[in-house]
Amino acid sequence: MRNIFKTSYVQDIRLFEHGGHVFWYALLLIGVFAAPLAVSEFFVGEMSLVFIYAVAGIGLMILTGYTGLASLGHAAFLGIGAYAHVYFVKLGIPFPFALVMAGAVSAAFGIAFALPALRMTGIYLAIATLAFAVIMEQVFSHWTSVTGGFRGLPVTKPNIFGWQTTTETHLYYVCLVVLILVTLGTRNILRSATGRAMMAIRDSEISAQSMGIHIARTKVTSFGLSTFITGIAGALLAHKLQFISPEAFDLILSISLLLMIVVGGLGSLHGCFYGAIVVAFLPQFLALVKDVLPPSIGQIPGLQGGVFGLVLVLFILLEPYGIYGRWRKVRLFFEIFPLYRRATFKRQRGYLKTERMR
Amino acid sequence: MTPRANGAKPKGVLLEADKLTIQFGGLRAVDQVSFAVQPGEVYTIVGPNGAGKTTVFNLISRIYDVSDGRIVFQGQDITGVPPHRIARMGIARTFQNIELFEHATVLQNLLVGRHCRNRTNLLTEIFFTPGVMRQELDHRRRVERIIDLLELQHYRDQIIANLPYGVRKMVELARALSTEPTLLLLDEPASGLNIEETDDLANWIDDIKNDLKITVLMIEHDMRLVSRVSDRVLAMNQGRVLAEGGPAEVQRHPDVVRAYLGA
Amino acid sequence: MEVLQLLIGGVAQGCVYGLIALGFVLIYKATEQVNFAQGDILMLGAYVALTLIVEARAMGWSIHLAFWLALPLTMAIMAGFGYLLDRAALRPIIGQPQFAVVILTIALGFVFRAAAGAIWSTEPQTMATPFTNQKVVLGGVVLGAESLAIIVGTAILSGVLFAFFRYTRIGIAMQAASQNQLAAYYMGIPVKIIFSLIWAISAAVAAAAGILLAPVATIDPNMGFIGLKAFAAAVIGGFGSLPGAVIAGLMLGAIEPFAAAYGSRAGLPKGAPEVSAYIFMLVVLIVRPQGLFAQIYKKKV
Repeated sequence: MRNIFKTSYVQDIRLFEHGGHVFWYALLLIGVFAAPLAVSEFFVGEMSLVFIYAVAGIGLMILTGYTGLASLGHAAFLGIGAYAHVYFVKLGIPFPFALVMAGAVSAAFGIAFALPALRMTGIYLAIATLAFAVIMEQVFSHWTSVTGGFRGLPVTKPNIFGWQTTTETHLYYVCLVVLILVTLGTRNILRSATGRAMMAIRDSEISAQSMGIHIARTKVTSFGLSTFITGIAGALLAHKLQFISPEAFDLILSISLLLMIVVGGLGSLHGCFYGAIVVAFLPQFLALVKDVLPPSIGQIPGLQGGVFGLVLVLFILLEPYGIYGRWRKVRLFFEIFPLYRRATFKRQRGYLKTERMR
Repeated sequence: MTPRANGAKPKGVLLEADKLTIQFGGLRAVDQVSFAVQPGEVYTIVGPNGAGKTTVFNLISRIYDVSDGRIVFQGQDITGVPPHRIARMGIARTFQNIELFEHATVLQNLLVGRHCRNRTNLLTEIFFTPGVMRQELDHRRRVERIIDLLELQHYRDQIIANLPYGVRKMVELARALSTEPTLLLLDEPASGLNIEETDDLANWIDDIKNDLKITVLMIEHDMRLVSRVSDRVLAMNQGRVLAEGGPAEVQRHPDVVRAYLGA
Repeated sequence: MEVLQLLIGGVAQGCVYGLIALGFVLIYKATEQVNFAQGDILMLGAYVALTLIVEARAMGWSIHLAFWLALPLTMAIMAGFGYLLDRAALRPIIGQPQFAVVILTIALGFVFRAAAGAIWSTEPQTMATPFTNQKVVLGGVVLGAESLAIIVGTAILSGVLFAFFRYTRIGIAMQAASQNQLAAYYMGIPVKIIFSLIWAISAAVAAAAGILLAPVATIDPNMGFIGLKAFAAAVIGGFGSLPGAVIAGLMLGAIEPFAAAYGSRAGLPKGAPEVSAYIFMLVVLIVRPQGLFAQIYKKKV
């Protein structure tokens, strides 16, 4: 069992708690960078998708997991980022700038939505985001001059300052770098005042305000950050899919994003990664398993959605902390073996007080 | 600082409530309440339940808007100031029904208290510049001093939801202290505490007054505590002031006695 | 005349929205849970009714007998389904934040759709009823009997539910349980059983809505997506209000056909009429964030 003996506050503030942490993450980093050498091109392509979903998940996690504002329509921002990025690339703007600008456009939409939505709470806000997403789907379909309407837009492979990427492996590294930068930036925000302000709003708006937190400004900031990051994910997604159309950014995708962060574990960045892995690999897993299942189950068209739903139901009922929560329990089990007790993680029985008084 | 047109008020008044009134529909929850708190004193508001004491606090911390009257803090009229500015101006408060951040640790709760003293912005935070690190360390050091003062070291990394009531009250107090206030509003700090805990609280209020040099405006029901720590007392009933003066004097006042025992 | 025709059609559609929103608000009012699977329960109800009617017809029964027996039977079956659903899936998470229930019901919706596709196939089907292709003439206006049935059915159900909440002890107990579970327990209210009953009632209402809707729509696993518009209606009405939900549903139902018919003339951008319901909802929320007949109070500290 590791007993961390702290000698300075820096240990609590910095990114890695102790040497062991650094070691494992360094190993992970090396593994991830070296992976394309060892695995098939197809698998590399799937990993890119995981990275893209993870970036989108981080965006949603900031808003929903950390600030407590549920969004049922985040696919709209993926779409906005995707379409904006393709538009800028077509104008000849270099890839990295187009990427950031796409994020900025997405953030602009996010802030434009957030400002009138400031007074909305809880479920009302969630349904408002849903309405926003449905409306955006129509915008994508009908603003043909920018989006190409129902016919969709083909997307060229990224060209970064002259380096024309050609393979899945190239895209893999591009996505990986973006993911690392986004993760670092987000972790930094979360361990600073802005991050704490967001989490404060999640738990108690009134006392957050009496601590000097400007509720409206923090909520708008959270929306802006969240949609900026999700917009960037959308831009990368456009390159991955090589073709974007309005149906790609539908309600199902929004729900998938949400389910992703819940399964992964709300309120932790780790959760984004775990959730992304599940969502990205589920179709492949199902394709493999389909042949083994009896035809009455294996052949139904909505199987993927059904399995996804079932996985999520099981998680909510059995492991509400998500994969990350389960991982922490398992790790604790090994760390303090044989003293582990299930009650360690048992939360005090909560009695739901009405959320109509906030 | 706005110059005061009508003088004849003692110099150095920290907080002045001037004919505070708030009306909810037909009900006057607070009716022409006036009082002045001197810097460095412990000023307690007492009164039966429903007297409007917490409402006065909510007016001062700007959760409610006044229907009439003024609030003047350090010579400045704060009657219209937005609620989130109050902490930075130096007024901190605790809540009657503990409003802590349930899913965060004690330490994180206290660090949120430092928000009004924070000087970093989003851009520097994204890159976590050395300036941000310095600020974080500074916050941490100050918060640790308060943890030491209130003996919360044990609970530093525990989630609020798992803590017993008495500890939560202390964390609520600690969080208010983290904002480095000039004036501390305590709403029934001793409610739910037993005799030993209340005695500890009395000592801490003394420390806050004498060592930290913070002025305390308190609502309290526990008369032992009130007599022990207060310099002056204001008695309220049904939104109006009944009496003001030293603790013993107010408790003996016939109107006050009548309010508590019923006419 | 065209206006009247549009209006009646819109009102009928609005009634369906209203019924779904009603079931939705029923659950929320009593348990503070948001049931995103309400539309999918409607879908299941429609399928169950379809199966019953088809079986009855196969046995040689008349359409009238088949339908009027299938209606209450389906409602009863779905009520049982709702009860069991609450028992199995929602009772374990009592006390968790509202968000968990949102996610759970969304996920359940996925499961229901997949299950329906597996059991009944994804081919769109139609349901024969006594009202199919019947016309009623009222004061010079020709109405489809299905539309009339929807309107009448909604009125009856709304009345029954309204009275239930207002005048029965169970109704009041349900409201108590929704506002403070712990206190309700202390008052001897069997909170968990009450919740399950509410889910049963709500599922029955959804089933009724599904049966009424089926004649004018096709039955397929995705027919529950109409629930989304009903959510918009519930939100517009403000979640705590049963009549508000129905009224809002009617409003939405009325707006849509007019937006579709006159939208381009009024200068609405292309594609707007399909989402007029959502635009209307956003406008309402911006102006009155708690909905029109709301029930959110500022927390008293």
